[in-house]
Amino acid sequence: MSTAATTLIDKLWRNAVVCTEPDGPDLLYVDLHLVHEATSPQAFDGLRLAGRGVRRPDLTLAVEDHNVPTDSLTVSDALSREQLQALRRNCAEHGVGLFPHGHRRQGVVHVVGPELGLVQPGMTVVCGDSHTSTHGAFGALAFGVGTSDVEHVLATQTVAIQQPRTMSVEFTGTPAHGVTAKDLMLALITEIGANGAHGHIVEYRGEAVRSLSMEGRMTMCNLSVEAGARAGLIAPDETTFAYLADRPGSPSGPAWEDALAHWRTLTTDASALFDRTVTVDVSGLTPWVTWGTNPGQAVPLGGAVPDPETLADPQERASARRALAYMDLVPGTPMREIGIDTVFIGSCTNGRLEDLRAAADVLRGRRVADGVRVLVVPGSMDVRTRAEEEGLNEVFTRAGAEWRLPGCSMCLGMNSDRLPGRQRCASTSNRNYEGRQGPQARTHLVSPAIAAATAVAGRLALPADLP
Amino acid sequence: MEPLSTHTGKCLPLPRSNVDTDQIIPAEHCRSLYRTGYAGALFARWRSDPGFVLEQPERSGATVLLAGPHFATGSSREHAVWALRDWGFAAVIAPSFGDIFGRNALKNGLLAVTLPEPDVAWLLQHAEEDAEFEATVDLLHCRVSAGGRSWDFDIDGRARRMLLAGHDDITATLTREADIAAHEKSRRPWLPVLTPGMAPVPAESG
Repeated sequence: MSTAATTLIDKLWRNAVVCTEPDGPDLLYVDLHLVHEATSPQAFDGLRLAGRGVRRPDLTLAVEDHNVPTDSLTVSDALSREQLQALRRNCAEHGVGLFPHGHRRQGVVHVVGPELGLVQPGMTVVCGDSHTSTHGAFGALAFGVGTSDVEHVLATQTVAIQQPRTMSVEFTGTPAHGVTAKDLMLALITEIGANGAHGHIVEYRGEAVRSLSMEGRMTMCNLSVEAGARAGLIAPDETTFAYLADRPGSPSGPAWEDALAHWRTLTTDASALFDRTVTVDVSGLTPWVTWGTNPGQAVPLGGAVPDPETLADPQERASARRALAYMDLVPGTPMREIGIDTVFIGSCTNGRLEDLRAAADVLRGRRVADGVRVLVVPGSMDVRTRAEEEGLNEVFTRAGAEWRLPGCSMCLGMNSDRLPGRQRCASTSNRNYEGRQGPQARTHLVSPAIAAATAVAGRLALPADLP
Repeated sequence: MEPLSTHTGKCLPLPRSNVDTDQIIPAEHCRSLYRTGYAGALFARWRSDPGFVLEQPERSGATVLLAGPHFATGSSREHAVWALRDWGFAAVIAPSFGDIFGRNALKNGLLAVTLPEPDVAWLLQHAEEDAEFEATVDLLHCRVSAGGRSWDFDIDGRARRMLLAGHDDITATLTREADIAAHEKSRRPWLPVLTPGMAPVPAESG
């Protein structure tokens, strides 16, 4: 047994390995397989054609999220309804637990799993969705896979995969008040590029990370894939343990003490080396916003639309020119002068209770600007219920925002929540790709407080800008 | 899957970087229950531009896509691979790929080949100048050849073996059943399992 100093990433990986193939990939055991309706029907069909079953239905959880409407429990779109029905049939046939649309536990799969305490330090979590990286917040190995891999996991409870390289991202310094995990990540992705962490699993480190809540950590890890990383994770600590205590899936009694003792060992050894190390000084960091069509095209909200001609890299220059044409923006325009038609608060990035509280704090006693539509979409039914217990729904509706049912909603153009025409949206989601929120839609990624301030001002704004 | 060892075909140049999976196939086209039928949705939004390379008549029949860096980043949707395959592409050559897409491609017999950026730029230039420009991707020797030049490439060993033999990935893993069962037994006893109370199994399909 080697005594060499080891990164947390390596520790988790080794622990998950079932066996190693002679020419490379490791077979990793999957401790939790999350399933949703959009990437699973062909996987279940594959099982059926091969006469195979689901190896561990008790380690598999299905949730309806991508296709569900958020204004009603009636699914009027025929294609969406068929996908939801297929998931229900498949789960019933294989004994897989499912939270259907309207169930008190339903919501975005990446919000629901952690709420139930089903994601714990040291676990391996996969799902047919790139934002599975969210669950790394618990010190878990968590990554998205495609439908063929979903079928492989259903049949074998394993995934065959080559170990990615290790990367440390250390956030040093203390950011300004009101700066969130979203802002830290937009600053990081802008610095290293939207594919800057390609081929790596990232461990986020530093005081600015340690001081984040579990919800902030989930936001941070969620955005790992927007930096091109395979996964991102944060070593578990007292914040993690406090979050997990008394959740339905958490160990209890003597098992809790055993689990805690194990979880406390899940850290990177002091002298361990990463394949790559990046340090980002966040002293004085202020809220960020995207101007382009990938999450790496972002600036501080107090800044201006950049000039592509000043970019040294020809690929980046071409990409920025195309992005500005699509976004209909002129270099030099102050970000604060950009008017907004719609505000979306929700998604697996920023649809948790803390996010809704941050938005409500800004909207309390204020009104949404005339002509601006605001959708507030809780990440889960549990988030919705808790928010209502705190009266947040009333804050939103009094301000003129819509209080909706949980789902992926306006994060992607798959359900009925889509931006019409060339509308411009301030969104707390994770992707500002061309057409992401509707065929010609333009997206500016922001944190929940910025989204709320923008709703009131009718243009991109900081809470401090509001009267 | 049919065994696959070498492919030769006309190249289609797409000299853009950061082509994300939402551009390859927008989400609204990902609601089908099937693995085929996505050719019409490939690059759906860009195809409304008649000048878009996929719409040019002289480019019809191209089976090797040449793309810029970071091709197919973003979503896990395997539909992006299904759409490229359904259109007729057998291989994509780019300086880098989205991680999940790279896996999805190989699992569907679409050869996603990574070559250094200057070499892809050279290929792109030749393909832009000559609509009949061809490339060969040889999986047996892990080599791309075109225009009198050739380049070696790396590929996941297991994926390559499966493709060459036409073997099913799941069948291969199931031969490891004893290892999987042994690992399963050694898992920590407190790890969560789904109980009926936590996630009810629907009695009736909706």
